[in-house]
Parts: sequence; C-alpha cells; structure tokens
Amino acid sequence: MFTQELLDQSSSLRKKWEDEVKRIVEKRADQKAKWTTVSDHEIKRLYTPEDISHMDFEKDISYPGQFPFIRGNQATGFRGKYWTFRMFSGMGSAEETNKRWHYLLNSGQTGLSTAFDFPTLMGYDTDDPKARGECGKCGVAIDTIDDFLQLVEGIPLGEISTSMTINPPATALWAMYCAAADIKGVPLNKISGTIQNDMLKEFIAQKTLMCPPDPSVKLISDTVEFGTNHVPNWNTISISGYHIREAGSTAVQELAFTLRDGMEYVEDVLKRKGLPVDSFAGRLSFFFNSHIDFFEEIAKLRAARRIWARAMRDRYGAKDPRSWWMRFHTQTAGCSLTAQQPYNNVVRTATEALAAVLGGTQSLHTNSLDEVLCLPSEHAVQIALRTQQLIAEETGAANTIDPLAGSYFVEALTNEMEELAWDYIHKIDEMGGMVAAIERGFPQMEISDAAYKFQRQIDDGEKIMIGVNKYVTDDKIEIPLVEIDDSVETEQIARLQAVKRKRDGRKVSECLDDLKQACKKGDNVMPYCIEAVKNYVTVQEICDVYREVYGEYRDPGLY
Amino acid sequence: MAKRRLRVMVAKPGLDGHDRGARVLARAFRDAGYEVIYTGCHQTPEQIASAAIQEDVDLVGLSNLSGAHNYLYPEVCRLLKEKGAEDVTVIGGGIIPDKDFQKLYDAGIKALFVPGATLESITSWIDQNVSPRE
Amino acid sequence: MEDKTRKIREGDIRAVSRLIRNLEDRIPTTDEAIRHLFPFTGKAHIIGITGSPGAGKSTLTDELIYAFRQMGKTVGVMAVDPTSPFSGGAILGDRIRMQRHAEDPGVFVRSLATRGALGGLSKAVGEGIHVLDAMGKDIIIVETVGTGQQEVEIIDHAHTVIVVLVPGMGDEIQAIKAGILEIADIFVINKADREGAGKLFKEIRGSLDMAKNFPGGWRPPILMVESLFETHSFSQSVAELAQKTLDHHQLLIDKDLMGDRKRRKATAEMNEAIRAAVLEPVLDELVSSGRLDEMIQKLVDRASDPYTMAAEVAKQYLAPKKTEEP
Repeated sequence: MFTQELLDQSSSLRKKWEDEVKRIVEKRADQKAKWTTVSDHEIKRLYTPEDISHMDFEKDISYPGQFPFIRGNQATGFRGKYWTFRMFSGMGSAEETNKRWHYLLNSGQTGLSTAFDFPTLMGYDTDDPKARGECGKCGVAIDTIDDFLQLVEGIPLGEISTSMTINPPATALWAMYCAAADIKGVPLNKISGTIQNDMLKEFIAQKTLMCPPDPSVKLISDTVEFGTNHVPNWNTISISGYHIREAGSTAVQELAFTLRDGMEYVEDVLKRKGLPVDSFAGRLSFFFNSHIDFFEEIAKLRAARRIWARAMRDRYGAKDPRSWWMRFHTQTAGCSLTAQQPYNNVVRTATEALAAVLGGTQSLHTNSLDEVLCLPSEHAVQIALRTQQLIAEETGAANTIDPLAGSYFVEALTNEMEELAWDYIHKIDEMGGMVAAIERGFPQMEISDAAYKFQRQIDDGEKIMIGVNKYVTDDKIEIPLVEIDDSVETEQIARLQAVKRKRDGRKVSECLDDLKQACKKGDNVMPYCIEAVKNYVTVQEICDVYREVYGEYRDPGLY
Repeated sequence: MAKRRLRVMVAKPGLDGHDRGARVLARAFRDAGYEVIYTGCHQTPEQIASAAIQEDVDLVGLSNLSGAHNYLYPEVCRLLKEKGAEDVTVIGGGIIPDKDFQKLYDAGIKALFVPGATLESITSWIDQNVSPRE
Repeated sequence: MEDKTRKIREGDIRAVSRLIRNLEDRIPTTDEAIRHLFPFTGKAHIIGITGSPGAGKSTLTDELIYAFRQMGKTVGVMAVDPTSPFSGGAILGDRIRMQRHAEDPGVFVRSLATRGALGGLSKAVGEGIHVLDAMGKDIIIVETVGTGQQEVEIIDHAHTVIVVLVPGMGDEIQAIKAGILEIADIFVINKADREGAGKLFKEIRGSLDMAKNFPGGWRPPILMVESLFETHSFSQSVAELAQKTLDHHQLLIDKDLMGDRKRRKATAEMNEAIRAAVLEPVLDELVSSGRLDEMIQKLVDRASDPYTMAAEVAKQYLAPKKTEEP
C-alpha cells in the first residue's frame, strides 16, 4: 500500500510518539489498562500506515461495484437510492398490523417487514393449547390465508417489497404471499421481498425449532429452487447474524457463523438441487446486527462483503459478479437497549444506525426506544424511523461512498475481523460443516461462553451500560406502554374456527395428503403449499405434516 | 453429615426461544454454588411443575420473553400448589411492565427481575430469601 | 416411618424425591428409611448407561424411556452430572433431553450431582435405585459420565451395562485404557453416521474376539445408532437397543446369573455402608477440627508423609486388635 520510504518515515515518527506516550503515562496513568470493543476485542492506542502496509489495494480494497466489494456493491453508492427504510412491525390481529403498515408507509417508510407472533413463528395455530397466552403478543397472528389477505389489504404487492421474519413455517407463509398475489392478480415475477427462512441460526441461537437440521435445510433449498424458477425478485433466504449477536455472541462470531451458514446453504443447493451457483447466488441475502461499538460494527460489515465475495468466487467458482455481492439488511441491537432511562435508547439506536450506514447496509430497521419494555408505540416508531431519515437527509453521511476506507484503524480492524472469521470458518469446515458443528454444540457453546463473560463484565463494571451499572438513577420514567389485549386471542380463535367451518374439508385433506406425499418423495413442497393455503389449510396443518414426516427437533439445551 | 445444597430450576415456559438470560443465569447459579436443573426452551407449565417436584428443587426461576408471562407464570404457581408443592419458591424474569407486578405477586411469584438486573442481585435475593427445605 | 414407606411404595412423587434429596444430603434418618424399603426392592431391571461426555447418553436415555413406555413398562431415571470443583455448584443438564416425559406419570427422572471427592454419591445412587425400585418402577436407568474410578461405579449397580462410544472422539483408545470392554454388556456406537464408525466397530469386535469366554454365552452385541437428527432410524435403533437390554436381563435370569450381579451390588453396598459408618465420621471430625487442613499443610511443606499421618489417625480411631500377629 505504501512506499518503503513512507513506512520508514512512519516507523521513526512512531518511535518518537511512543516515547512521548511513555513519558506522559508514567506521570498520569491511563484510565484503564485495556481498551476493548464491546466484543472484548483489544484496540490499540493508535493505528498507523504500518498496520495496513501489507494490504494490496486492488485485491483488498479496490472500488465500489468492484471485487472484493468491501466498498459496496453499487458503483453509485447511496446517491441513486438510499437504503430501504424498513421497520419490523406486527402486533395483535392482521387488521391492527395492516393499520400500522399503512401508518408507516404514510410516514415515508419504503419497505415492509413483518413480525409474526410466537404461535405463527413456531407453526402452531392460535387454537392449539401450546399457543395459550401468546396470540398477537409479539407480532401478528396468522392462521390461514383469510388472515393474510387482511394483513396485505390495500398494499400494492407488485410495487412494495415485503420482508417476512419467518423460519420453520416459511414455506407456508411464503405460499400465502404468493397465493395472495395470485388472488389479487399480481404475477409472481412482479412480487418482491424476503423470507428470513434461515434455520441454521435457529439451532445456533434463536431456537425457533421444528424439524431436525437436514430436512430444515431441504425445505430451504426448496424455496431457493422455487424462487429461482418462478419468483425471481424474491430473496428466499435472509442468512441472519442478528439473532446470533442478540444471543450474546461477539462481532467476529456473528460474522463467522453467519457466513458459514450461508456457505452451508450454497453447498446444499448445489448438492441437492444441482442448480448452477450463478443461477441462485444473487438471491441470497443477509441480515446483520448493528451493535453499540461503532467502529467494530463498521469493520464487521465491510469484512462481511469481502469475505463473501472471496468465498463465492474462489470457493464456489461463481462467475457472475452479482453472485459475489453480499446484500444485507441491518437492525440496530435490541440487546444494547436498556429499560432504565429509556430515552437514552434513542441515542444508542442513532449511533448504531450510523454505523450500519457507514458500513454500507442496503436496508435498515431502527429500534424504538420502548422495545425493551413492550411492542413499540406509534410515537416511538416514528422517532426510530425519523432517525434513519435524519441520517440519510441531514447528516451528510450518505454523501460519499465508504467514507472510512483508507483509515488505518478501520482497515486494520476490518482485516482482523476477516482473519478471525476465517479461523472460525475453517474450524467448522474441519468439523464437517455447520450442521455437524451444530450437532456438536460448537457455535452454541462459543456464544454461551461469550454471553456469560459479557454479563460478568457488566456485573463487575468492566463493561459499561449507562443507567444499568453507571450513572444509575432511581427516577421512574413513565413510558406509555402498548399492550395487546387478551381479547385478541379469543377473537382470533373465533375467526379461525369460522374459516374451518366454511372451508371444503375434503379439499383440505387432499391438499395435506399431496403435501405429505411430496415430502416423502423429496419433491419441492412449494406448489403444494400454495395449493393448500388457497384451500384454507392452516399454518399448523402444514407444519404438522413436516413434523410427522421429518420428525420433531427438541432443544438439546446446551448451556 | 453434609450441608444441604440449594437446588434450583431454571425454566423457560412458552414458545419463545430467547434463552440467553436463562443460560447465563444457569451458569451464574452454578457459580454461586447451587445445583441447577435447566429445562431448555418451549416448556409447558405442566412440564415445569412436574419436573420441579421430581427434582425436589427449592426454587424455580421462570424466564419468558414473548409477553405471555401473565398467563404462564401464574399457571406454574397454580400447578405447583395443586401438586402440593406451594413451598417451592417461584421467581420470574423478562420484559415485564411494572403494572403486571402486583398481579404476578398475587399469583404467588415471590420476586421479579427485569432487564438490567445484575446476576449478583438475583443470587443475593435467593441467598437471603431461600434456603434448602428441611 | 411406616407412613413414609407406604407413600413411597404408592409412588408419591414428593416423598420419593424428598428421600432421594435426603440421601444426597446424607441426612442420618435415611438409613432407617432404606431399611424399611429394603424388603420391597429387588424387582426392577437396572440398566447403567455410561460413556464419555458428549457421547449422547441423555438423548439415548430419552429415547430408551420412550421405547420402554411403548412396551408398557414404567421407568425411573437417575442422571448424574459432575459438580464444579470451583463453586461446588453444578448444572444438571441431562433432564433437558428427557423433558418430553415430564408429564408422564409412568416416568420419574432425577438429576444428581457428583458433589466432590469425599464419596457418598455411589451410596446415594445405590440407595436411590432401591427407592425407585420400591416405588414400583419396572426399569431403572442410571446414567453417569465417564467410566472412570472417580465417578459412580455403574457396574456395581446395574444388571445390564450399556457403554456408549462415539467415532472420532478418541473413544477407541479410551475404551481399551479404561477397561470398559470388561464391564459392557452392550456396546452402542452412537452417531454412527460419522466417519470412523466402521473402524470403531472393528476394534471393539476385535477385542471381543480375543475374550475367551462370555458368562452365560452372552457376547456383548455392538449396536450402531445413527444421528438423532435422522429421527426415524434413530427411534428404530433405540427400540432395538431396548429389546437387547431385555434379552440380556432375561438371559441373566435364565442362566441363573442374577446372583453374580446381585453379589456385586451387595459388595459395593457393603463397602459404601462401612465407609459411611467408619470412615466418614472420622473424616468429618478431621475436617471440622481443622486437623485435616493441618495434615495437608504438613504434606505440602514436606514435614511428613501421608502414610505416617494416616497411620497416626488409624491408631487414634481404631481399637487395637486383641491378638498380635506372632
């Protein structure tokens, strides 16, 4: 990167500086001995050209829209289009969520993102005993296409992209989206959006569990195949680090496990479906967390793009530059927010959002200040959305592409994160891949260790959370809380039962039989799911078929 | 004769799988010298109550982050009572709004810990309020 | 006491779990309770499961419970996990994998911690088996970590010992080192879809080929169990394992070999009882008086040696023998 002359110069100046530092520190010691990131990664007092002297400009940095894409996929940066302002949202009934969606769109949101309630996420209908007390609490309750049509009422499915955070029952919910488009006369090649559909991170971190890993990955490959052939503008998987981070991982673990998950999916589609890598790689998307440690997050996101580009080109032989792109959504870190002094959360979220933007995200959710207490209120959501709009349109952060490139520190940290991530990736390769590593409990235990260490550091005051272990006050700050009334559950059960009464029972059993046969034969389940949901088959009825054919996975409870 | 050792159960009722808190707590309890039985995620109140009795624990710590605590926590207390084990102390954690506290206390929950609670505050509450049953 | 015995025999869960707690905590009245229960024991088939950490014992136990329940048999489980040497606490994680049976009244699962090196666990497990037996469980499964000496000597308590091995974990060498070939009645190669399963199988088979004779003609079978993620084949393999354990039990009865196993358990129990009656009061006193610490310090300082000090203790506590050796 630099001439020998410059490096020599730097070296001699550095020695001078080091002497000066030594002299001052002897007189007045540093405030603490070790300065680390939130992930406990040690940071030096100063970075210099010598820290990045080994870098090759063309191979390691280059230009936006050019390999290795560390500076972004788009040659034009944010000038052509800002990132998508996409707020994760869902609460109570489909009707209520639909109202919130329209409110957000009217406030300038540019994409939709669906939060489902826990019964839906786990593949249970509202009338199942396991669902008691959960309906609508954490998101919207969807049992049948009847609910789904209500959810997307008045939403132009051909124009707006919709993300759905749904994992084990992803095939069922995506089928509902496809069926709803069909009913509204929108062709499948016109709809766009994302289903999260990333089961590996569920086994690793979030524990929304249904079937064992292998059939889970099979169902995912089905959606990739179906999307490739019929729904070309849909991201059939959003490979997620967000939940890994929320479960307590370090930034490097988030990076490494997420990318290794991505590789596992690529390998499965190649092996199971025999599709050429360039036919589907461009539809794989990612989802990262933006935590409170500003530069570490920026470095993580930049490293992610470079690792993926290298892996896709060199490991999987992808030829199409679009296959090398890592496209990702980012959400600010829920786990960084505090219930104490909740208005501070606005500042945290703004900092994290800025890091995501400087890291070059394509889509962003900003948390509301009250999300550590309840579902976000309309007012809190508005502040969160305005935070993004403000970063985009007031701060100038979007003026130039990848503004931190070339910073000795940011480039050095980006390199370190990439190296440490590859170490993990190779370790998992040696174990036989991610499914094998999960079976051994490897990523789970790594995260557990990191989470426990962090909590100990908070307890000991070694790491700081304002309002929790420093600058603590007894003031009670009243925040208006959003509450989901228990009547939502009663009404939803009544609604479901009404649908069950009016549907054609014979058609329902036929659809379920067909789906079961498809599962047994290893056929792609998507066409069967679409047919089933059109005939008012419920989310649970579809998932029960999966559970029956593929077996049920139970939490092995590693700690 | 050896000293009685405190036996506690960390349990996750409901459908959410956010087990970071539960797992961190299980470790903290172990490091505080307790014997900890962890149930894993997605437990029904019935499973938790019968396991607590089979394991003869002194305390059950419930963790739920799906907002269903108002149904699930009292249900665990009710079932323990029904099975003649109301002497088992039940505490809870999670995202619990202040206004739910009294309802949960009335149902038999002895203490509630919300985000920001330190591990030390939880173990010291236990050390002060729970001793192995004779 | 009669009342308690009756409650346990009627399967009162609280009474059972409380008594096991008392056994672990070494509450003095438990000797009396076990005395009362003893006449009602001896009916259950006791199965030991052992293997290295991470071998998948709990998951196997969980599926075994299911298999036995399908046959209409009731099951009691005691799962042992190590105590942390630093805090004295323990995370008892085996139950997690068996939680689906929590509501089944035909299944009782109890987790136990090893609780340090002073012994006593083996006694608690041995007596716990009597409690589960008296409560009427048809099958009692004892799951322990490792096969080493520090842990429960599972062999002492079980009629049928299942040794679980996993390919690629260095179990091959360990198996031979720890001498578990002698204690296994059934071998399970778990996660048999992993690389190295065939090699492990051959090694065990080779060692068995060298054994001259098998009591009652029972040559320990080697069962391959695939990953639990292959739900259906996993269930099938474990059902087969359940049947094999019953076959083994039947053979012990038919060939009149139960006596050997019972003698082994009786010997262990006598050892434990004597240890509890003789050694532990001495150790307790040495601990509480601080003398043990003093002796340890002397040893650290090289001021004395363990044999001399032990001999001094023995001289103090044990009555001199009446007749001297000539």
